[in-house]
Amino acid sequence: MFVRGLKRKCFDGEEDIEGTLAGIKAIPSYNLQRQSLLDMSLVKLQLCHMLVEPNLCRSVLIANTVRQIQEEMTQDGTWQMINTQSTGQASLDRLVSTDILCRSSRDQAEGKHVPGYGTFNKDFESDQAQDSSETMSTASSVQAPRNLQSNVWEMENPQENKGNFQKSLDQIFETLENKSPNSVEDLFSEVDNSYYDLDTMLTGMMSNTKMGHCDNLETFSSPTNTASNSNCKSDLNDLDHIVEILVES
Amino acid sequence: FLAGFGSLMQDVLWCFSQVKGTLDTGVTEADIISTVEFNHTGELLATGDKGGRVVIFQREQESKNQPHRRGEYNVYSTFQSHEPEFDYLKSLEIEEKINKIRWLPQQNAAYFLLSTNDKTVKLWKVSERDKRPEGYNLKDEDGRLRDPSMITVLRVPVLRPMDLMVEATPRRVFANAHTYHINSISVNSDYETYMSADDLRINLWNFEITNQSFNIVDIKPANMEELTEVITAAEFHPHHCNTFVYSSSKGTIRLCDMRTAALCDRHAKFFEEPEDPSNRSFFSEIISSISDVKFSHSGRYIMTRDYLTVKVWDLNMENRPIETYQVHDYLRSKLCSLYENDCIFDKFECVWNGSDSVIMTGSYNNFFRMFDRNTKRDVTLEASRENSKPRAILKPRKVCVGGKRRKDEISVDSLDFSKKILHTAWHPSENIIAVAATNNLYIFQDKVN
Repeated sequence: MFVRGLKRKCFDGEEDIEGTLAGIKAIPSYNLQRQSLLDMSLVKLQLCHMLVEPNLCRSVLIANTVRQIQEEMTQDGTWQMINTQSTGQASLDRLVSTDILCRSSRDQAEGKHVPGYGTFNKDFESDQAQDSSETMSTASSVQAPRNLQSNVWEMENPQENKGNFQKSLDQIFETLENKSPNSVEDLFSEVDNSYYDLDTMLTGMMSNTKMGHCDNLETFSSPTNTASNSNCKSDLNDLDHIVEILVES
Repeated sequence: FLAGFGSLMQDVLWCFSQVKGTLDTGVTEADIISTVEFNHTGELLATGDKGGRVVIFQREQESKNQPHRRGEYNVYSTFQSHEPEFDYLKSLEIEEKINKIRWLPQQNAAYFLLSTNDKTVKLWKVSERDKRPEGYNLKDEDGRLRDPSMITVLRVPVLRPMDLMVEATPRRVFANAHTYHINSISVNSDYETYMSADDLRINLWNFEITNQSFNIVDIKPANMEELTEVITAAEFHPHHCNTFVYSSSKGTIRLCDMRTAALCDRHAKFFEEPEDPSNRSFFSEIISSISDVKFSHSGRYIMTRDYLTVKVWDLNMENRPIETYQVHDYLRSKLCSLYENDCIFDKFECVWNGSDSVIMTGSYNNFFRMFDRNTKRDVTLEASRENSKPRAILKPRKVCVGGKRRKDEISVDSLDFSKKILHTAWHPSENIIAVAATNNLYIFQDKVN
């Protein structure tokens, strides 16, 4: 939430020029912001509500946003680039102000300067720290396992691409996997479309096997999960898998 | 009518009337109001909260002695409508939060309403008891059975007055028909049926039958990977019992006619505004998602609410709305932050006044907005304890977007996004509005001269 009454440094007249210059230096590139939005969206999809079913409308809208970003990145050719990025940090650390993404394409073409942009960046991050404490604490529990997982991967499969998106996808699979499935293929082979006819009874059983609880994050250092992750493909199919997992739960 | 500071005689000045709810600054989650609804006469006002409770207020009779106290609303009945449940198959809780309340038209002395949580709809009967029978032959006054051999005299039981008791009883429970979360219920104008809508399906019920319902809309794809759109709201036409509309997360409205087919997957009309390509961003779809749809009382128009605007559509024109009102366009440049803190997914409702001339919807910082469709004027008002002196006139509020902030204006960055007005209601025939601000219910009336 916005901190109430937080004075925006770049707002008043005297400091304008100085603040503007500082702001311009601090503007992250469109690509970086888009990546940040993608990471944020993936984190949102991952944060599972243990007790209550997640809001399907919200999940669908976020998944559609991820798809949009992905399509644009594919057209840009930047989709290949993310696989070669090395990242030690978790997504939330890399979140930057994505204010530029809020501008319409017309505004961007005109190079419209958003007032107080430079400090909005600061406010955004400090707000993140203060007000998103709930998000942060959940995310940090996600971060720790992720780092552990990356160590496991490095031991098992050093040549594997460990792009940020790759990790995020795998993290989603970690979250959703439960006891039995040994590989991603096994996970989806359990999907029996005839279940859909008995929605009120059996959908629950299916989503129970796929939408694991958050405490499963602690169990992912097991070999089965490692093997399953090495089967993950960092291509467009992954996104469809995510959507299927989401909406079935 | 329009609220404001205007000096025109026909302008309405809104005044504080009452506020219900605790004054404590800390909010118990269960007390958060999740729905507000007047009944068809405006005599009753119902609220539902996250704790599954329903509170009904009744307007007191206006007295000649105190003409300025025009019919205050006082608590009439309180009951626990829904309890938390646990779905053992999915290992998930089912929230007891009341998503919607809809009144049935009154047909006898009792009042009937539908209340729903995510999964189950219930029909409640609210009735008064102000007499009780006394003088039974076989029971004594405490209800204990009397020994028949001791009875020597027969008497006729008589009804004697007692303190008024209002009791609410669940008359029907409509369960196990929704896999996904119910977002809307709507009573049909035939008063025999109603519909319930969840994210992917709409079911038609008969009030008398609880063990079956008809599925009239199903947008669930065969392959769930292809799911990109959900149902967000649905409502029956106020007069034509065969017609209903439902809105989607992609900003479209479909009008369906139940006479054409049993399964109304094919719409009779499809309302969608073409996208403005210059305004496109990654958030375009999210902010186009419709959070509420309401027919006008006349049945000629529908109103939709998306994240930044309210739109009025003529049923005869599908390709664009006839009116678009900006609720809080200053948020357009903050969509990223609002996405990050999930506020962008807030579902605001919208309401018509009795004559369909003014529409109202909520915003953040406990602000709510009214738009006069005739004069094209709008006003922003605030529901706050500071403005809560009896019959105090509400002062219009203004949000300043950039540059110098005038006195009394509030800047966008000072808005409190945790204070959101999602639920409002307008009396069916008078200028009385109910505004739910988290755990408080504000009632405002127009100034009585």
